[in-house]
Order: sequence, then C-alpha cells, then structure tokens
Amino acid sequence: MLPELGHFALILALLLAALQALFGLAGPALGRERWMAAVTPAVAGQAVMVATAFACLVSAFVGNDFSVAYVAENSNSALPLFYRVTALWGAHEGSLLLWIALLASWTVAVAIGAARLPPRFAARVLGVLGLVSFGFLLFTLATSNPFLRIDPPAPDGRDLNPILQDPGLAVHPPILYTGYVGFAVAFAFACAAMLEGRLDQHWARWTRPWTTAAWAFLTCGIALGSFWAYYELGWGGYWFWDPVENASFMPWLVGTALVHSLAVTDKRGLFKSWTLLLAILAFSLSMLGTFLVRSGVLVSVHSFAADPTRGVFILAFLIIMIGGALTLYAWRAPLLKSSAGFELGARESFLLFNNVLLVIAAATVFAGTLAPLISDALRLGTVSVGPPYFNPTFMLSMLPLLALLSVGIHANWKRGRLKDRQRTLLYTLVGAAVLGCGVAFGIWSHGALLTPVGMTLAIWIALSSLVDPFDRWRRGLSLPRAVIGMTVAHLGVALAVLALTTVQSFTSEQDVALAPGASAAVGGYDFRFEGVKPVEGPNYDAQGATLVVSRHGARVAVLKPEKRQYWVQRQVISETAIRMSRGSNILVALGEDLGGGRWSLRIQIRPLVSLIWLAALVMAIGGALAASDRRYRTQQVAAAAGAAAAEPAA
Amino acid sequence: MIRTGQVLVLTALLACAAAWAVDPTHLADPKLQARYVALTHELRCMQCQNESIADSPVDLAADLRRSVRELLEQGKSDAEIRAWMVARYGDFILFRPRFIWRNAWLWSAPLVLLAIGVLVSWRIVRTRAALVAAEPDGADGEP
Amino acid sequence: MKRFLLPLGIFALVAVVLGVGIWRSPEKGVIVSPLLGKPAPQFSLPNLTDPAHPVRSADLRGRWYLFNVWGTWCVECRAEHAMLLNVQRSGRVALIGLNWRDNDAEALSWLQQLGNPYQTVAVDRSGREAIDWGVYAAPETFLVNPQGIVVYKHIGALTEEAWTREILPRLPPPVASKS
Repeated sequence: MLPELGHFALILALLLAALQALFGLAGPALGRERWMAAVTPAVAGQAVMVATAFACLVSAFVGNDFSVAYVAENSNSALPLFYRVTALWGAHEGSLLLWIALLASWTVAVAIGAARLPPRFAARVLGVLGLVSFGFLLFTLATSNPFLRIDPPAPDGRDLNPILQDPGLAVHPPILYTGYVGFAVAFAFACAAMLEGRLDQHWARWTRPWTTAAWAFLTCGIALGSFWAYYELGWGGYWFWDPVENASFMPWLVGTALVHSLAVTDKRGLFKSWTLLLAILAFSLSMLGTFLVRSGVLVSVHSFAADPTRGVFILAFLIIMIGGALTLYAWRAPLLKSSAGFELGARESFLLFNNVLLVIAAATVFAGTLAPLISDALRLGTVSVGPPYFNPTFMLSMLPLLALLSVGIHANWKRGRLKDRQRTLLYTLVGAAVLGCGVAFGIWSHGALLTPVGMTLAIWIALSSLVDPFDRWRRGLSLPRAVIGMTVAHLGVALAVLALTTVQSFTSEQDVALAPGASAAVGGYDFRFEGVKPVEGPNYDAQGATLVVSRHGARVAVLKPEKRQYWVQRQVISETAIRMSRGSNILVALGEDLGGGRWSLRIQIRPLVSLIWLAALVMAIGGALAASDRRYRTQQVAAAAGAAAAEPAA
Repeated sequence: MIRTGQVLVLTALLACAAAWAVDPTHLADPKLQARYVALTHELRCMQCQNESIADSPVDLAADLRRSVRELLEQGKSDAEIRAWMVARYGDFILFRPRFIWRNAWLWSAPLVLLAIGVLVSWRIVRTRAALVAAEPDGADGEP
Repeated sequence: MKRFLLPLGIFALVAVVLGVGIWRSPEKGVIVSPLLGKPAPQFSLPNLTDPAHPVRSADLRGRWYLFNVWGTWCVECRAEHAMLLNVQRSGRVALIGLNWRDNDAEALSWLQQLGNPYQTVAVDRSGREAIDWGVYAAPETFLVNPQGIVVYKHIGALTEEAWTREILPRLPPPVASKS
C-alpha cells in the first residue's frame, strides 16, 4: 500500500511542479495576479507530496518491504536500522528522490524568503525552480521509479554495498546534494532576471546569500566525501581526480567565482552579464555531474549502475534547461552595460583575475575529465587522463590565484590605492616568507621546492586576511558579519594550502610484510605486528590484526585493521585503522595472508592531513557567516514599477 | 533494465573499490625501488580503471607490478617500460597522457586558456581604467 | 553582439560530445587492442591435456585459430562455454585455449564436466603470457590468421553475433562438404 501511495505522491508532485512552473512563468508574463498568487501554494503542495513519497520509501526500507524492487536490491533484514535508512540514497533511484526532496526544501526556503522580493520576480524564480523540479520528477517517474514492485516479493534483500555501510553515507550525499541543488536557486535568480529584462544591484544583493549558502554546503559535501574516502574506504588518499569527484569540483570552482563576482555586481554594478553567465554555468556543471554519474559515459568507481537510456534523458533535460538559459542570455545580456570604471590596482581587478583563474581551473578539470569522450568524438583514439595531468595543470592556475589573493585583499574598490598599502604588503610578504621557509626547512629537513612556496603562500594569505579586520577592530570600527565571514573563509583557504603542502611533502608510506612479533619502522614510528585473529561483526566476519605503535620506545597506540567479509554480498572490504598522534595520522591497512602467519601491511604517516577537512569546514563557516549578514535581510522591496531608490554604498 | 554485462562490470568495479593492494615488494637497489614505486603509480590497472596498479587489489595488477619489477631488473629504462606496457594495452594504461600530437589539445588547453584569460583581462582592465581616468578625482568605495 | 552567443555555441559542442559519448557507450570499457594488425606473441607453453607436447605458436602457423583466454574462476567463461562448443562443432576454425591463472586439476575437471571445445589448451599459470596478449578480463578471444597476425579481438563472452558478424566473414570459405 505505502509504495503505491509514494508513487502516487510523486505523480501529484509532478503535476504540482508543472503548475508551479506554469503559474510562476506565465503569470508575470501575462500579468495574471491570481496565477502569481497560486505559485506559493503549488510550492507547498509539491513539498508535501515529495515529503510523503520520501517517507513512504523510508518506511519501506525500515519495514524490510522486499516487494519493492529498490529495497530488495539495496537492503537486507540483517542490515542495521541506521543503514537501512541511509540505504535509501545508496543507489540511483533513491538518490534521485533525495535530490528532488532537497530541491523542494530549497524551493520552500526561497518561497519564504520571497516575501522580501518584488512579487513578479519572486514568481519567476519559483517558476524556474518548478521547471527544474518538473524535469527531475519526470525523469524519476519515467526511468528511475523507486517504487516499482517485484512479484513475488524477494525473500530477502541483496544488501547494501558493504562500502556504503558506513556513517559517511548518512552525511556525504545529503550535504553534497544540498550544495548542488542550491545552485539551482542562483540559476533561478539569473533566469528570472533575464526574463524580467532587468538586472540591477538589488538582484545581486538578493542572490548573494543563497549562492554563498549553497557554496558552503557544497564545500562541506566535497570535504565529507574526501574525508570518507580517506578514513573509511581506506583508499589511502583524499583526492583522486576521479571523474565523479571532478564533477563536484567543477561547480565548486565556478561557484567560488560566482560568489566573488556577485560581490562586484552588488557593490559597483559591474560584471552583470558575467555574473549571470556564471550562475548559469554553476548549475549547468551541477547538472553535468548528475549526467556523468548516471549515464555510463565515463568509467568511475563512484558511478551508479549506468544506463544509456537515462543518459539520453538527462542530456535532453540539460539541453532544454541550459540551452534555454543560454539563449535567454544571448538575448538579454547585450542590454546589460555599465559605465563604471576601475583601475588596474583596484579590488575589481583582482576579483576579475580571481574569476578568470577559477574559470580556467574549472575548464582544465573539464577538459581532463571529458578528455576520453572528446578524444573519442574527434576520432583521435583513446586518451587516458589521471593525476599526472590534473595536478600540474591545476596548480598552474591556482598558484597565481593564491598569490594575488594576498595582494588584492588590501585593494580599495575603484581606485585600488595599493601604493598606500605598500608597507603592509611588504611586511606581510616578508613575514610570510621568513616563517614559511623557516618552517619548511627548519622543522622538517627535506621537501620539494613547492614546500616553502606553499608554506609562504599559506602564511601570507593568513596574515593578509587578518590585517584589515584587525585594523578595524583596533580603531573601534564596526565589523559586519560579511567581513568576518570573508576573513574566516580566506583563513580557511590559508589552512587548506598549509595542510595540502604539508601532506604532499611530508607523508611517509611503506608496504611491509611482517611475521608475528616482527617490527617495521616508518616515519619515526615503530610498528610491531602481533598477528591476526578472526573477528565477528553484526553482518560480517573479519580477520583482525593488532599492531602496537611506539615512538622512541614509548607506546603511542594500538591499531586494529581488519579485512571484513560481509555475509550477503560476500565482498571482502579492508577496514583501515587510523589514529591521530602529534597532529599526524597513522594509518595501517591489512593486506594479504602471505602464509605462515606473515601478512602484508600498508603503513602511512600523514602529517596534518585532518587540517584539510578542518580547512574546508572553516571555509564553509566563513560562507555561512557571510550569508547570514543582516543587510541581506533588511532590504527595501523595490517598487513594482522598478524604480529602485539609490542604494547607499555599504 | 540493467544488462548482465553491466552487472558484471559493476561487480568488477566493486571488487576494485572494496580493498586496496598492499605491495610489500622491495627491490634491493633503492634507486630501482623509487622507480618501481613511481612507475606503478603511473600505470592504470586495466580492470579497476580508476586505480593505479600500485593501489589496485586485483590479480591483474599484481601481475603487472611483477612485470614492472622484472623489466626494471632487466635494466630497462622508464620510457622503455612504458612503451612495453603501451604495446600490449594501448595508451589507456598510462595515467599521464603522452606528449604526442594527438594529445596536443589536452596539454595545451591550460596554457591556451591562460593566454586567453590574460588577453581578456587586459582588455577589460584597460577599458575600465580609461573610464576612471576620465573622471575627476572623486571618492572611492571603501573596501 | 555575437560574443554573447559564444556560451550557447560552446554548450552545443559539449552536448554533441556527450551525445556521441552516450551513443558509443555500449562500447565503453572496450579498449581497442594495440595487437590488431600486429603479429601475435610467440609462445611455448605447457599443454594442459598432454604434458609431453608443449603448445607452441610456431606450430600454429599456417592456419587460422581462435585464441580463447579462460579460467574456471571466471563466471562469464562458463556462460560462453556453450558457444565455444558450437564453434568447435562448426569445424570452421581451430580453438586454442589459454587457461589463465588457474589450477590444472580444476581446469581438467571443468573440461570433463562441460565438454572440451579446444583443440589444445595452453597453461598460463603465472599470468605472463596473458599480459603479452594485453588481456585484462577473461574471457577474451583473439582471431589469428595463418601468417600469425591478430585480426580481431573479442572481449567478454563470445556471442553468436560476434561469431557471425566478425569472425566468420574473416575466415576462408568452408571446405566443400561431402556430398
């Protein structure tokens, strides 16, 4: 019964989304007040229906309803309750439902916030969101219905993929998708502006908090994915330039550019058409990510079971949405001119460079990720792209960006006045260089050329970010939340650069073969292998090893990596054991039984690796602080005629 | 909806994702060992296609690592070893696209984009700076 | 104002690339073998059924043969076995097996239980021979011509379609049947 209810709810949601789109877009165009008034109820109705469908699927999982095909493929009666719930988004159909649910949530949030927007504009924003919802709901119902039944019901389920039986599944997809979907809001704001035929600084002011919030979520989502891969999946690294990872990184890069570009449009009314384009681009890349993961065009350890039919559908959806938006852009953007000026050394310049470099980075990742497809389509044969391509090319655009950050942050709007800040610039640079090189060469006695460069950049960014807020605080001036947010976010960047430099330069790794009682020395630590014993878990059997870790004779930790075999899917999963010690991570993974009690083991010492994810968190907090600044909320609603009062520069 | 072939590919991929390889190979000569580690990280596992043969847990990866070791001990250079692998598995086995004309677009893309970026930025800054210069010296915005 | 059409133009190109990608995705994961058109590797390997007579590539010169890589641990190999028996029955081409990283006893028992479609079976216990052929997933089948050149490679279980569309047309016409 419940699955049918869920299915029905989805169909109703589809209809309501269609109405939302129709009323939201046709209402303002035709001047129908009643239609515009009907948008919010449509939004509410769609949200209720989606929530109902979601609840029905959850209950099917919790209740072990194996007559539902999706539940039978992804769950099992022995699966702990926590994972039975999170299994909902463990595969294609359910993850789409999660996407739809999050889109409905964002739409409701926008509808609530829309009270502060002019009614026609608000209706259009919600209308565009309705179109996006409609597309996803149609896709789900047509090709990926999670409520399909099997007859007769399966006696038990095929179990959730053991890799996904981990707390990471509870947080990574939901938060990541929240970020992805959040860019739909910026997209909707952009489309609404283009449909209105007007884009002023109000528009940027309205769009900023939504975009920054989505960006913060995406930052956390990506960091969680990296964290999860590192800790639980035991892949030994935190970033692989895997196509699906890149699919989340590209919208992040463009989203970062967008956040900065919106600042310029807000403050000085410049870069209007560029900001529009970025808003379209960020969401396009989110959608492209969806496409890549589900269509089977690229091989990835992440991808869902691929199906070209779904690929065709998503591609059609992409063409309609993005093609439509870009056509609107081609039509409206030429009208958006501004006559404001700025000097070479002005803040606008630096933000321009920021945007250019971030977009180049995104384009490079795009080229590398799609290279197999492009090469194939151009009949150039196969090409293979991996970290040896991405790492150097990414750094090519990032290093200049990081250096320019520390300079540009001191620049005034319009006239820069960097000459007045020469001393500050000099002191911060010299201070950073001294500290950076000191740390690189002093604490550790080895490292590549990039180590002191990275350290210097990180410290320089941190110092530069703190100069102005500190100065304002000292002088008793107000420190708006947005400025605090910006500072915190940039400090997060500094932290990330520091962490990445350290990890890249100072990781020790060794694979060893040990007999019980034997020891290995890695990275200053001593690892004594005590042997392997059988272990039994709730739904798996395991071989558990014990290693005693000491440093200079003193015991530091006992690590117990395992190799688990899950009962149902019979896969063998490696559970890495990880401990923190003096700021470094010690990892041990169990390898193969070499016979005679000897086992192979992988040992890694990674200094400061946790800082990477802490840095992402700091960036996201900065974003959240900036987005919640009061001035985004105490906005005068512009008069319906569109003649907005002049905004005082703030 | 899902064809058998795809299920099998999926299963293979899951095997790849499930565990990682631990490779306690240790060559006597530290220089050879360093080259071994570098090479095995640069070669793609043809089964677990997003992992290097250093990291992939499947038998094929172990066999390929063994081949790398044997070739190193025979005194082959890194380029010769890569060529040996490409002769058998094609370009796909390399993680670093080769510097050949076919891949020119890929390797030149970042540089071309950077050049375009510099050009575009220069033009924009020039136009805007001219607008400011034309103004009487007025107030700036605050940072 | 043409430059505002640029994003749309670029997107159109991307959409075409993605479309082509989907269109060709059934061939995904099928890497074109660099061996095509090149000489097959020379080998001399132990013979599974007849230890006294190793299987040598030199001996196979002068006629067409299908080189089929398989193992008892391989699920798809089991699925293609019936097809291989059909191939043998047709008598159009010799089927040479390569038992990849397997156990002799289990291989023999498998052939006994399921039938032996192979004229000879070479044993590659270490996996080195398979690497020389660029094998990365069993089953794989190579068609080698009398001059020793690899003319076709099939990855995955041998299908009726592959047999009729790719292999048969390359073989010489059948010997006139007894009439």
